[in-house]
Amino acid sequence: MTTELVFYILAAVAVLSALGCIVQRNPVASALLLVNAMFALAAIYVLLNAQFIAAIQVLVYAGAVMVLFLFVIMLLNLGRTASDLRGMPSWILAGLVAAALIGELYLLHQVTPGGLGALAGAPAGVATPGETFPGMTASTGPSRGSGVVGVIAEPLFRTYLVPFEITSVLLLAAAVGAVVLAKRKL
Amino acid sequence: MITSMLQGLLAQAEPAARAAGTAAQNAPTGAVAWVWLTLALPLLGFLINGALALTRPQAKTAVSVVGVGVLAGAFAVAVAVFAQLRGEPPEAPLILELWRWMPVGSMDIKMALQVDQLSVVMLLVVTGVGSLIHLFSVGYMRADAGYARYFAYLNLFVAFMLLLVLGSSLPVLFVGWEGVGLCSYLLIGFWYAEKANADAGKKAFIVNRIGDFGVIIAMCIIWWNLRTLDFAVIADRAPLRLEAGSVAVTVITLFLFLGCVGKSAQIPLYTWLPDAMAGPTPVSALIHAATMVTAGVYLVARTGILFSLAPFSSAVVAGVGALTALFAATIGLRQYDIKRVLAYSTISQLGYMFLAVGTGAYVAGVFHLVTHAFFKALLFLGSGSVIHAMHHAYHATHSHADPQDMRNMGGLRRAMPWTFTLMLIATLAIAGIFPFSGFFSKDEILAAAFGRAMGGHPIWYAYYAAAAVAALLTAFYMMRLVAMTFLGENRTGAAEQGHLHEAPWIMTGPLVALGVLSVAGGILNLPSFVGGHHAMATWLEPVVAAANRFMPLEMPHGATEWGLIGGATALAVLGLLLGLRVTQASPIPTASAAEPERGFARVLYRKYYVDEIYDALLVRPLVAISRVVLWKGVDQGLVDGAAVNGSAAVTRGIGWIGSRLQTGQVGLYVVLFILGAVWVLRAVTG
Amino acid sequence: MLLGPSLLLSAVLFSIGVAGVLIRRNAIVLFMCIEIMLNAVNLTFVALSQTLGLGGQVMVFFVMTVAAAEAAVGLAIILAIFRHTKSVDLKHINLLQG
Repeated sequence: MTTELVFYILAAVAVLSALGCIVQRNPVASALLLVNAMFALAAIYVLLNAQFIAAIQVLVYAGAVMVLFLFVIMLLNLGRTASDLRGMPSWILAGLVAAALIGELYLLHQVTPGGLGALAGAPAGVATPGETFPGMTASTGPSRGSGVVGVIAEPLFRTYLVPFEITSVLLLAAAVGAVVLAKRKL
Repeated sequence: MITSMLQGLLAQAEPAARAAGTAAQNAPTGAVAWVWLTLALPLLGFLINGALALTRPQAKTAVSVVGVGVLAGAFAVAVAVFAQLRGEPPEAPLILELWRWMPVGSMDIKMALQVDQLSVVMLLVVTGVGSLIHLFSVGYMRADAGYARYFAYLNLFVAFMLLLVLGSSLPVLFVGWEGVGLCSYLLIGFWYAEKANADAGKKAFIVNRIGDFGVIIAMCIIWWNLRTLDFAVIADRAPLRLEAGSVAVTVITLFLFLGCVGKSAQIPLYTWLPDAMAGPTPVSALIHAATMVTAGVYLVARTGILFSLAPFSSAVVAGVGALTALFAATIGLRQYDIKRVLAYSTISQLGYMFLAVGTGAYVAGVFHLVTHAFFKALLFLGSGSVIHAMHHAYHATHSHADPQDMRNMGGLRRAMPWTFTLMLIATLAIAGIFPFSGFFSKDEILAAAFGRAMGGHPIWYAYYAAAAVAALLTAFYMMRLVAMTFLGENRTGAAEQGHLHEAPWIMTGPLVALGVLSVAGGILNLPSFVGGHHAMATWLEPVVAAANRFMPLEMPHGATEWGLIGGATALAVLGLLLGLRVTQASPIPTASAAEPERGFARVLYRKYYVDEIYDALLVRPLVAISRVVLWKGVDQGLVDGAAVNGSAAVTRGIGWIGSRLQTGQVGLYVVLFILGAVWVLRAVTG
Repeated sequence: MLLGPSLLLSAVLFSIGVAGVLIRRNAIVLFMCIEIMLNAVNLTFVALSQTLGLGGQVMVFFVMTVAAAEAAVGLAIILAIFRHTKSVDLKHINLLQG
């Protein structure tokens, strides 16, 4: 019961922060509100038994990516400029699209027998999660011996080793690309 | 067991053999199987002469040899075919199939030639008279630069004309029909450098086209009713499927007759023929006297079964023929161009032929066609000799007077005795004086008309009267022509007189041959009162018998017959004497010194202003409509403007609308992207 | 356990992100709205990993890495454009106009 209450509070925080992020005139305020939303999400991750991911969210997303955003905003000196929100037609369109999205997903939830959540229970053709992701156990929390991190590390460095290495190459490319793009003179 | 099997096989084979036997009967043998040569030789001549015209036009000897040679060869084959048919006259037409032309659904049109008594008659006339005229042309066109081109066109014409008369079905005939129209155009406008000649050629072709439309419509209606276009099959089916006197057969025959009116220059589509005299004179002789213009008469005779099933149409045919005979004869009274007189005379004589076939006297019509070919060709070629001499004379003295105007001639019998004698013979023939050929043929037509009138169709009395008056006028203006040209004092001029001389033998020779035929041609169909046996009637009987069953021929006999003959002869003699007397009554001024016509003579001279009336009523409104409505309105406005440019403008407009999407603004692109993604999501989830 | 509400929350956050993209003209703020969307997807992965296994969390790991790389490069591009047009307002970036 308490878990759910906490979840709803955190969810409310996240939604309100996100809403605030998109309507704030000041880009700095937008960025900070987004950081707030990420914090709330991190807390929700903990509730969902993804402790490592929660930590990574705070460290990488809120701590590095959003800081980068703030750097750039500060660098471009985007302070109190003219409002960059679009006019009323765009608001109406945005409202319609958002409503359409939520409506569609809700419809899907109604139509699917047992709700969308049930889809996660037994995917067709797959018996148990153990078979879907071999060598994987359901995230039941920290296991003895390796702790929270170790539970993630095992599939990461075993089953998903190749994507891991490719991602590192991707990061290298991104770093080089960012340096080149931001240079004044090539 | 084996013997019974063999017997069974034989029993099966027998009907097949019998069928093959009858089929073999229909496939022609002997000379008839070679009848396609009569077509192929002139066609070959066209190709060779055409090639020579394009590459070595100065090789006149080669052109002459080829041009006349192919015609002579065709005539030889024609004679062979005639001999074979004379030996065993066929009951049904012999069909020589060349190839399958248009197999379309249930309509299987074959390119086939039909040899029967009627087509053999036409074959002989076309190749025989054609050969003589080709020979004449060698002399007449000797000095012309377009010599090779001339013979190429002339050979092509003969090929098409033979296709016309030998065609076994209406489409094949129509190919020939159109082809001779084309060659007529090419030859009338032979000296195309002068606009008047080119205009005359165009006029002939366009007026013919109106008639051709009639033939096509008739073909469609015939197909609709009879499901066939072959003459032999039409002759079989028409009495069974078409009711005599019904609307269908009347409409068919009236449309067919429209084609004949155009091709054979009857009222109201005759105006092209006098203008067609702009072509070389041998062309006028061959095409516009002996052969092409008779194609209409041939068509009516060939489809006689249809015309005899439609008495109203036959009455129309006869009426138009009689009226044209009279009308053209009146115009001929006051023309001064020697060729124009002969042109109107041709129109008038064609009227006689249509009067004959409209009366059901198909034999009389064809007989007159043959005799007319003889004496009209002779008249034209004779006038060609005269014009040739006059041309030489004026050329030598650098005069610009008209060598074809009879007022500039006169007294030529001293300079050109042979031509004079022969043209006099032809004049007597056309006037219908016994015993020349024209007497027998014209007489038979008048008798048939009178006979039908007596047999209960009183309107034929009017036709007879018109034809009789026309006979009188024919004699009159023909004698006038002879008198103005050959008799009296010479009006050409003192300087020219020394240059007037007889034509060379290559030109006079064919004239002699035609003269003999004009004199003796009557024996082709001598009537009984002279002791003859109606040879041509007997010959053509298998062809026209079916038609005559529905429109029986009532010929007068006894006292009526003698009365008619006497009356016709009296009219002819009266006409000749009057023509001579009136022409020689007062001195004739030369063309340049002549006073303009006055009164009714002026109306006759101006051909009743028919050309002017057509121009005002038909030509000008058509040209105006074409220019304003069809050209500016439809073509420029609708097709160019709305359709072509319009569709381009619409495409450009749509493209412009599309280009409005490319604003370059990333924000808009993002918006569109999201909208698209939402749409895809909706589509995928359903 | 909290699967249903998590998914609902994810949908709502995603829609908010979409709406943000539609109504903002500032390129950097637009980017941040895209980050909101990415976060919503991460939440879905984590929520489903409860029953389907750790694959979801590994996925989130990678998503975050790639998002970081993307943010770096994207911001570098915005910087470069800012040097040219002296503005990060989208209505001034229309060189692709056709």
